[in-house]
Amino acid sequence: MRNAFAAEITELAGIDERIVLLSGDIGNRLFNTYKDLFPDRFFNCGVAEANMTGVAAGMALCGLRPITYTIAPFATTRCLEQIRVDVCYHYLPVIIVGVGGGLSYAGLGATHHSCEDIAFLRTLPGMTVVCPGDAVEVRLALRSAMALGSPVYIRLGKKGEPVVHEQPPQFTIGQAIEIRPGGDVCLLSTGNMLPTAVQASEKLAGNGVSARVLSFHTVKPLDEACLHEVFADFKVAVTIEEHSILGGLGGAIAEWSANQPPQKARLLRIGTADRFLHEAGDQEYARYCFDLTPESIAERTLHALRST
Amino acid sequence: MNATPCIPELETTARHIRCKLVEMSHKARTPHLGSSLSCVDILVAAYWRALSINPKNPSDPDRDRFILSKGHAATALYATLAYRSLFPIQQLDTYAEPGSLLAEHPSPGCAPGVEAATGSLGHGLSLGLGMALAGRIQGRSYRVFVLMSDGECNEGSVWEAAMMVPAQNLGNLVTIIDFNKWQATDRSDAVMALSPLRQKWEAFGWSSYEVDGHDMAALVECLTNVPDGTGKPIAIVAHTVKGKGVSFMEDDNNWHYRIPTTEEVVAAGKELGFAR
Repeated sequence: MRNAFAAEITELAGIDERIVLLSGDIGNRLFNTYKDLFPDRFFNCGVAEANMTGVAAGMALCGLRPITYTIAPFATTRCLEQIRVDVCYHYLPVIIVGVGGGLSYAGLGATHHSCEDIAFLRTLPGMTVVCPGDAVEVRLALRSAMALGSPVYIRLGKKGEPVVHEQPPQFTIGQAIEIRPGGDVCLLSTGNMLPTAVQASEKLAGNGVSARVLSFHTVKPLDEACLHEVFADFKVAVTIEEHSILGGLGGAIAEWSANQPPQKARLLRIGTADRFLHEAGDQEYARYCFDLTPESIAERTLHALRST
Repeated sequence: MNATPCIPELETTARHIRCKLVEMSHKARTPHLGSSLSCVDILVAAYWRALSINPKNPSDPDRDRFILSKGHAATALYATLAYRSLFPIQQLDTYAEPGSLLAEHPSPGCAPGVEAATGSLGHGLSLGLGMALAGRIQGRSYRVFVLMSDGECNEGSVWEAAMMVPAQNLGNLVTIIDFNKWQATDRSDAVMALSPLRQKWEAFGWSSYEVDGHDMAALVECLTNVPDGTGKPIAIVAHTVKGKGVSFMEDDNNWHYRIPTTEEVVAAGKELGFAR
């Protein structure tokens, strides 16, 4: 995903000279092409994310289109107040890009995990939260966010994730994308869990359960039209995210659901538990610890379906 | 007032504004009067002599920018902008009333000339850095002035920005510290080891100055010497007195929160030369 981001931002910067890329001292070599082409519109802001975010806001106040880029917890949690006051209160076209969302950088330890960022950012007035499902969606999300002209958080995974979309889909911020049709349960995946959600649907198919899979890339604003349809048509709606079950996609849909008349579907939220991971291990191991494997997702979905 | 007012004229304007601030605090029953009074001379010197702005075109992209990073001195900014003809002085009467755009801390776009919403401390210098870099990218030669408080220098983000600005060689960025030696609840030097403040900025790579923040001529000289030829950003440590201009408020930190009574408003007016 991060290579797709670097390629897309380089392409966009060639089209729109208002674009400025701010990095929090990461992306070694990742932005070499960008820097060669647009040396005056790249700033390594150092290990100082609060300042980087304020600088981006100051640039946006003067008509530029800055993007801040660093590891997800540092791009969001570390400088949450600058995002709230400088970016959102002023309703500025600043795009905040967090790389290593969720458990992408699991091996680096919980300081580098980002399982609360969606919760924090989606409560900020004016903020749009987009979690692309694969590298194809990353490029489309960035392009759409730039056209939006308001605060956007784009949550990336790392590099080398499986690509789900064989062809670029129709991509609109706030509109979920159907990946697989299905009739029994609906899996709503956000961000880098998309390939896992597809695998879970295959496990379910093996158990005779037809699962619709959606890339629910935009957590804010929610695709309410899609949710109305899903909660009317299916017995079980499952949210899948590499984020805490508190406050992420599952939390957002639970809040939405609470204000709806009684609906057919029950909601099952699958995400990371409300605890830090203290053990070493890569992303695959961390997902195993948090029951975020295709097997566990399929099993819990089946259990929910059978108990309806 | 003519286009380039002389020092005595500026001093008179500052007294007018101080008087207005006392009345606004009293009428609206809002705090931070001491903090507002301490930076009036800085604002007057900046807005009447240093800043290149056109009150008739406050959003001119080439204008100099001024950010009141110490947003709790909002009344001082509002009054300055009004007296500088950016909006009608009568509008100050709506200050802090329900529905008024002039709140206790400036909100985005609340009045012509307000460049940024502030109130949470430690944000303004980063915003100013972004504006200065934007000017460079866009080929504009405007200057950026950021006014901070000494208590504000407690914030780590100030020093993040203080390190990045000199790395970008921005000679058109000025930070002014309203060093009135107090923060909300104690002497600023007792809370954090702030001194030696000018030397700190110098050590961070700034061209740094100390000035009497109530000496109008000295302020004008300092604020109009931008860029100063060193190629470095400029830090001005302005030594000020909290509550300046009203004898019973000066250097008394109760006036961080206290609201003047009717009698005190009259007494303050007399001291400032405006008998009611």
